[in-house]
Amino acid sequence: MTNIPTEVVFKIRRFDPAVDQQPHREEYRIPYTHGLTVLDGLKKIKEVASPSLAWRSSCRMGVCGSCGMFINGRPRLACNTQITELGTNVVLVAPLPNFKIVRDLVPDLMPMFDAHVALHPYIVREDVKEQYEPTGEFFQSSHEVEQYLQFSYCIKCGCCMAACPTYATDATYSGPMPLTSAHRYNADTRDDGFKMRKPPLAGERGPWRCHYAGECSRVCPKGVDPGKAIQLMKRELVLDYLHLLKHGCPAKVGGAPKGIKRRDNIPDAPAPTMPNAPKIEPRSP
Amino acid sequence: MREERWWTWHILASVVILVFLGLHMVIMHLEAIVGIFNPEPGHPIEWANVLSRMKSAGFMVSYIVLLGAALFHGLYGLRNILFELNPGAGTKKALTFLFVVGGLALFAFGAWAAWQSFALAQAIPTTARSL
Repeated sequence: MTNIPTEVVFKIRRFDPAVDQQPHREEYRIPYTHGLTVLDGLKKIKEVASPSLAWRSSCRMGVCGSCGMFINGRPRLACNTQITELGTNVVLVAPLPNFKIVRDLVPDLMPMFDAHVALHPYIVREDVKEQYEPTGEFFQSSHEVEQYLQFSYCIKCGCCMAACPTYATDATYSGPMPLTSAHRYNADTRDDGFKMRKPPLAGERGPWRCHYAGECSRVCPKGVDPGKAIQLMKRELVLDYLHLLKHGCPAKVGGAPKGIKRRDNIPDAPAPTMPNAPKIEPRSP
Repeated sequence: MREERWWTWHILASVVILVFLGLHMVIMHLEAIVGIFNPEPGHPIEWANVLSRMKSAGFMVSYIVLLGAALFHGLYGLRNILFELNPGAGTKKALTFLFVVGGLALFAFGAWAAWQSFALAQAIPTTARSL
């Protein structure tokens, strides 16, 4: 934008299920300040014009994934979106599409998290005890780390789900975020949970409905590329069906490093803040 | 599990189609350069060339394989498109049943036609100029 605006017009979709029958749009005008983000604007509006305005946010730095919103026709993180990068001083803000609205800009993300949990998004191994009381580190080469590293940057903001044309119409489809998360663990050599994840993935909830529109990858604020993860997952499942998949999992446990002394200037770990806290039981695979 | 299996065959069928369509292009449109499966001089659709391919058991089998691959690939793709309209579970089952039965019927009819043309060609002398 060549001209810095003096005023920003926010057109916000409002909906309070206790009062409203249908969502409606309300307009607010706030002065532009240097570095103003959409989240800053919402906070200003809540402060000076509409205390009842509701949204989710937490970290203000694109890490927590709470403030996913539909901003000027595209799912984005409100905290990471500068007004100047929108190319206009009119900001259209709505809750993420493809989800029910809890209130104002708060979407109901539970269907996404239910689909996520159903695909066992965590390290699954036979040696459960080793995970919780490790005797060493798991061997993993830098090449093996690269196979899943990009997909581990996902912050579960739901922007990919809001952009997915298949998820918009097909309620049985798991969606880009849960599938990417499942692939992140399938591609991790420390994990041995492919067999556990396979039944839901190989069925109707799996990646088969995806026809690679690529919108999920385009809107992802963390550059995770869910579209790529889904295609890699399809390849993995096809190779598994053809008995051509090479299982290098799970990574072995390496012994404790030998001949290495602790540096003198590293302080001891602080004492547990809750010494009498109940011990967490390991999760069975 | 079924979707994984069907998707795999969908991909394998596309490879079969790609190979056979490539072969078709080579035989029909690159005859001057490659010149395979056209033993007689002239265009690939000259009667003598057509008859020689009809007499070939390999061609008869390839027609049936191509028919099966194209039917499966096309009908599975159409089923996916219809499933994106988000029909109910009962409609999905009915559509799947319809496509399986319809596909098998079309395949049986096409395979029978390929076999009949092969059998007919065996009865025609190579020197015959027309039916």
